[in-house]
Amino acid sequence: MLVKTTKWELWIVAVATVSLLAVLPSLNAFTAPESLMHVSDFTINLYGKYLCYGILAISVDLLWGYTGLLSLGQCLFFALGGYMMGMYLMRMIGDLGQYHQPIPDFLVFLGWSRLPTFWEPFSSFAFALVMVILLPAVLALVFGFLAFRSRIKGVYFAILTQALTYAGCLLFFRNDLLMGGNNGFTDFKFIAGYDLRNASTQRGLYICTVLLLLGTYALCKWLTATKFGKVQQAIRDSENRVLFSGYATAHFKLFVFVLAAIIAGLAGALYVPQVGIINPSEMGPDKSLEAIIWVAVGGRGTLIGPVIGAFAVNAMKSWATRAYPDLWLLFLGLTFILVTLFMPKGIVGLPAQLGVVKQRFWPAKPVVDESKPVVVEEAPLTKPD
Amino acid sequence: MTNIFRLTLALLCVIFSIASVQAQDETAARAKLVQAILSEGTEQQKALTEIADSGSKVASDVLFAWTRDGIYIYVAPDGSKVPVMLEDQQDVEGRARGIRIIDGQPVKDASGKDMKFGDSDLNTADTDMRLRGEIQQTLDMLALADPDSDARSSAVTKLGNSQKESYIPILQTRLTKEKDVGVQKAIAEAIADLQLFDTNPTIQITGITQLAGLNSIGSLDNLKQLATSKGDPRVVKLANQAVGSIEHHIWWVNFYGTIFRGVSLGSILLIVALGLAITFGLMGVINMAHGEMIAVGAYTTYFIQNIFGAGFSFAINLPFSIAGRPLGFGLNLPGLNATGWFYQSYFLFAIPLSFIMAALAGLVLERTVIQFLYRRPLESLLATWGVSLVMQQLFRMVFGANNVQVNSPSWLLGHFTIDDVSFGYNRVFVVAFAILIVIGTWLLLSKTPLGLLIRAVMQNRSMASCMGVRTTRVNMITFAFGSGLAGLAGAFLSQIGNVGPSLGQNYIVDSFMTVVVGGVGSIIGTVYSALGIGVSDQVLQQQLGSPVMGKIIVLTCIILFLQWKPGGLFSIRSRNLD
Repeated sequence: MLVKTTKWELWIVAVATVSLLAVLPSLNAFTAPESLMHVSDFTINLYGKYLCYGILAISVDLLWGYTGLLSLGQCLFFALGGYMMGMYLMRMIGDLGQYHQPIPDFLVFLGWSRLPTFWEPFSSFAFALVMVILLPAVLALVFGFLAFRSRIKGVYFAILTQALTYAGCLLFFRNDLLMGGNNGFTDFKFIAGYDLRNASTQRGLYICTVLLLLGTYALCKWLTATKFGKVQQAIRDSENRVLFSGYATAHFKLFVFVLAAIIAGLAGALYVPQVGIINPSEMGPDKSLEAIIWVAVGGRGTLIGPVIGAFAVNAMKSWATRAYPDLWLLFLGLTFILVTLFMPKGIVGLPAQLGVVKQRFWPAKPVVDESKPVVVEEAPLTKPD
Repeated sequence: MTNIFRLTLALLCVIFSIASVQAQDETAARAKLVQAILSEGTEQQKALTEIADSGSKVASDVLFAWTRDGIYIYVAPDGSKVPVMLEDQQDVEGRARGIRIIDGQPVKDASGKDMKFGDSDLNTADTDMRLRGEIQQTLDMLALADPDSDARSSAVTKLGNSQKESYIPILQTRLTKEKDVGVQKAIAEAIADLQLFDTNPTIQITGITQLAGLNSIGSLDNLKQLATSKGDPRVVKLANQAVGSIEHHIWWVNFYGTIFRGVSLGSILLIVALGLAITFGLMGVINMAHGEMIAVGAYTTYFIQNIFGAGFSFAINLPFSIAGRPLGFGLNLPGLNATGWFYQSYFLFAIPLSFIMAALAGLVLERTVIQFLYRRPLESLLATWGVSLVMQQLFRMVFGANNVQVNSPSWLLGHFTIDDVSFGYNRVFVVAFAILIVIGTWLLLSKTPLGLLIRAVMQNRSMASCMGVRTTRVNMITFAFGSGLAGLAGAFLSQIGNVGPSLGQNYIVDSFMTVVVGGVGSIIGTVYSALGIGVSDQVLQQQLGSPVMGKIIVLTCIILFLQWKPGGLFSIRSRNLD
């Protein structure tokens, strides 16, 4: 099932790294705005957003594609990371808000005159960064411990995580949580002393995102190749066999769940300063489902698939919401249906699928091309009942 | 003042035209009215007292006009005095016809023509403070004698809130004549409420004891006022006790009201979750579009309502064009323009049709998408979520992005009260229907050959297939049935909630929870968990005073509950590992 690191994948990663990390920022920074080669600030910002989604997609894939855990709550961790960063950014606005008070505007609006205690430490960037990692990790640890201990799996796990996300979403919609309620956080001004409205700051954030994506990719690549990774994939294919072989599957799953939550949280933390807003709708169950769709479209069980999927679906979304605002949901829905029905391995698996079709109609060539990621056999992901 | 007068006259005119049946009483009442207007002193009082007992509508209108100086005395050519009211309709000179109180006919001159009067042409029938007071009293008593018991009740309550002790004797007289139990209670309450304002502590205590015994919610404010006043210490103490007991009563009324709302919400959840329990529990398919099946049912109800009413039309313009012509389609159906009971019966047609429409939608969904995914339950989740997006968008295009108006038929409006707890007919109807549906589903699954086949396929698809069961067909029927149940839930939801494109999304998480908590594949478990979740949701909402916190706590409790019973309330025991 796992596509080996083929020459193809190496090439794609290499080209993507060079173009995303070096070419695009340079074209943005060093060419004149009217030049044909110029990449606008908007594009850099947009790509930064897509890349954050890409990281989120990898975290979903780590759970779903490699461990067989379909979590509908991944966006909760993404948004929590975002909220933690958002709290820091809100503090950095200082008294430049609408009300010119030293506390965030929405608190003034709610009738607060001083900062609530739990907001105090968020003036520190380091503390915010720690919380970006810690809060999703702790939540994932507690929830995962409870869920895996009682052997909740498959569909039930999906539904429970959905309930968790839904509960979180409802909670953050409340004003008395003092997290901005319906409107969330926005109007950010500074991050670590840099002005967020400067193109160079945005470029810096973009480069950070690329680096984080690369780091995540490398980490997951390494992890899935280790013995740990093998156990993880074995759990996906047949959890009971692994359990009977003496592995505490719950611990493995818990580790992956927490790791994925941390990755998602970091992605969220980079997402917020680039998009400039975070509100509870980011953690709705539908957003999590969308993230799963990126993975399905790109190809699960691979590590470049999710990123490709996140890029492809979001690029399509950006285009379709502008070109056909009324029909966009139809496109999205139909894409999901068709991809699930006809492209179980997503875009990455498409060459192999086409290969099978080609084999069927032109069976004359039995030679297997080494350079292609050939995946011919259907390995059932879940056991037939 | 003239406006009120004219309004009264307009009312009178209407009454004149339809009141022939009551002519006998009317004639007597009118004679008394004339007598009262023209006489003075004790004779006038006597006439007013007699009018008070008549309960006549005309009398109250005329008396009302009298207190507002709307009664005039016309001196006829023969010297006799004729009390008249001026008609609402004035001519260009501001003159109107005079209507005689005695028979409701216009005053005519010698030639038989209607005479017209201006305000200054006639003398008003004089009133003074004392007389106005008497007339007002007569009016109150007339209201107390109204033939409609609801009107009597509200008149009694009005007097009770007046804080004027002078009404006590009137109410007491009325109490002896009153036959309606509800009005009797209202009168007792009103008397006791008025007694609170007495200066004599003994009478106050009588009132307080009475109110506490009646658990009168309406008098709570007066009692509180008494409890904080610096009056007789016994009165204050008793008032405090009464406030406590009434507040206790209010708590229970709210509690039972909440339980009832919870049960009705649970019933909706139950119908939704039953459908899901069948498709998800028995078939192992995660149908994220189940919520949209609810919306199909609700929109079918809306559609049927419009067909019975003014008709239904929609038009969709696609942003594409072929050969320069924009692509689009639409539908324009004329309505039946039904009225009366026929229109009110639309809901009876809508119920089966919403089932059928949702079942058809389910059938199409099963044939086009689900049937390929029976072995891939997680992926059925994704594909059906796509379906749900598509369907939501279609709803938006056909019915608009805003909520649509579904009017409850008149026979579902209103409510009845038991000990201050009110039960809406629509909610009672939903609960009753849910019971029917549960019994029906249970019978279908356990007592019919089809149910046997369904259960067989669900337990072991391959084995059933080997035994000659046509599994694909059973799948189709089961899925359609489950979707149809969701449609039914939608029809009921349209009666107690909003109908909009995202209707289903609000229920999908809840209904999945219901099935998981109840134990997948167990109908009885679904019943228990639906009622449990519905009731605890409402109770928490009431106790915490915030719907969202209640929901969050319920979701958290569910997650913790599954720690204790991972298989749900009624898990099916099996030696299977997965």
